[in-house]
Amino acid sequence: MRTTVPVIVAFLSGIILVVSFFFQETSFIGGLSQELKVWLTIVGGFTLLLGVVSITRVNFSGVVRRRPGWGYKILTLISIFAMAIPSILPTSWSPLFGRNAGSIYDWLFVNLDSPMMATMFATLAFYIASAAYRAFRARSAESTILLITATVVMLWRVPMGEALLNMLPGDIPSFLNTYVMGGANMAVQRGIIIGAALGAASMSLRIILGIERTYMGKG
Amino acid sequence: MAQEAGGQAFRADRLNAVVLLVIFSGAVLLYTHWAKKGKPLFLRKIPGLDAVEEAVGRATEMGRPVLFVPGIAELDEIETIAGISILGRVAKITAEYGTPLRVPVRYPLVLAAGQEVVQQAYIEAGNPDGYDEDMVRYVAGEQFAFTANVNGYMMRERPATNIYMGAFFAESLLLAETGNAAGSIQIAGTARPEQLPFFIAACDYTLMGEELYAASAYLSHEPVMLGGLKGQDFVKMLIAIAIIIGVILVTLNMGDTYSNWFIQT
Repeated sequence: MRTTVPVIVAFLSGIILVVSFFFQETSFIGGLSQELKVWLTIVGGFTLLLGVVSITRVNFSGVVRRRPGWGYKILTLISIFAMAIPSILPTSWSPLFGRNAGSIYDWLFVNLDSPMMATMFATLAFYIASAAYRAFRARSAESTILLITATVVMLWRVPMGEALLNMLPGDIPSFLNTYVMGGANMAVQRGIIIGAALGAASMSLRIILGIERTYMGKG
Repeated sequence: MAQEAGGQAFRADRLNAVVLLVIFSGAVLLYTHWAKKGKPLFLRKIPGLDAVEEAVGRATEMGRPVLFVPGIAELDEIETIAGISILGRVAKITAEYGTPLRVPVRYPLVLAAGQEVVQQAYIEAGNPDGYDEDMVRYVAGEQFAFTANVNGYMMRERPATNIYMGAFFAESLLLAETGNAAGSIQIAGTARPEQLPFFIAACDYTLMGEELYAASAYLSHEPVMLGGLKGQDFVKMLIAIAIIIGVILVTLNMGDTYSNWFIQT
């Protein structure tokens, strides 16, 4: 029963969504597929509570048992509820509630959340540099070609580098654009995309037909 | 009246997709049928998947945990489902070896699915008591808050093996480089071509595109599931032939009708 019902639900949902692709949105089957997507949102909304329970339980038990870093776990718990509780309270009670400009939620989002996310994203530049250093070492003929190609393409992507390449004989930027990026690079990318799309379609078919049940821990 | 409405409802401009869908489904079902009958099917080796058991074994020997990240997308992404399927296989191995497993997730739906899959794996491996509900845990809904949490875990706990399988975005390199710095064996898999170079640069093994979707079938060794992979390969061969025909026709300036048929409006 625990396996049969999910397989039937997956079969019906999958068939409806596949068939609806070939019909107008205004048709019966099109409407049905829209309805399914709404259900997904509703189910997702309910499961949000699971997430809150999980994160609270994990951090709370860490604090109670004085695990290493328990002080940070207190901060995590305070942050969760300091963001969530004022945001769900009605604005009619106070302008500090809700999610409008000037609310506690908005202040925390603009002054703490966004700068922290931007900081994390900015560190990517350093990670790229260290990964590139490892990837672009000329250890073999292939990695030497990669190193040279990457260096020239990176040069081309910055204004100063492009100006430098334009000073050399021959239209190097045009060559890079046509043959390296639009030729070799795009051909490989499309090969991967076609393979991945077929793989996704094959896996979807296996799930719809109930052949693959590993996503439920079966098989 | 109903017929007229039905006629208008069907999108004739997507007839090409119907034909491709029928060919594709037919090939997958045919190969699955042959596989069921016991016809031997050859599958090429995927080193990244063969390395999974070895990597978990290494974690067991070192007495350190295995970290599995099933991507950062919702459960409605097929890549996430592929990641969850592989998680089941990995959890079965950790259950057999008694190796600690940590699975941070970004969405509550993925949390529910992940917990179900890991619990089932521990039951099937005969180690139900080894399962802990907090093995799979929701850590953050924000992309970079999630990344910060996972990176922090990697640097503190230094898991011996990190497995990334699913949909990844800008955080792919942040995760993989941190894991590399922590000295972990890393196996990654994603269908996003723009993230693949980052994983290739920072991980020991990388599953590219279709290999991610093939993983659950490959690891299961079940003929019925492997049949689907062969059907997929057959259609890939048809697509390659169609591309070659298209290139010849376009080169001869005769390919307009042919190539237009493949374009979805």
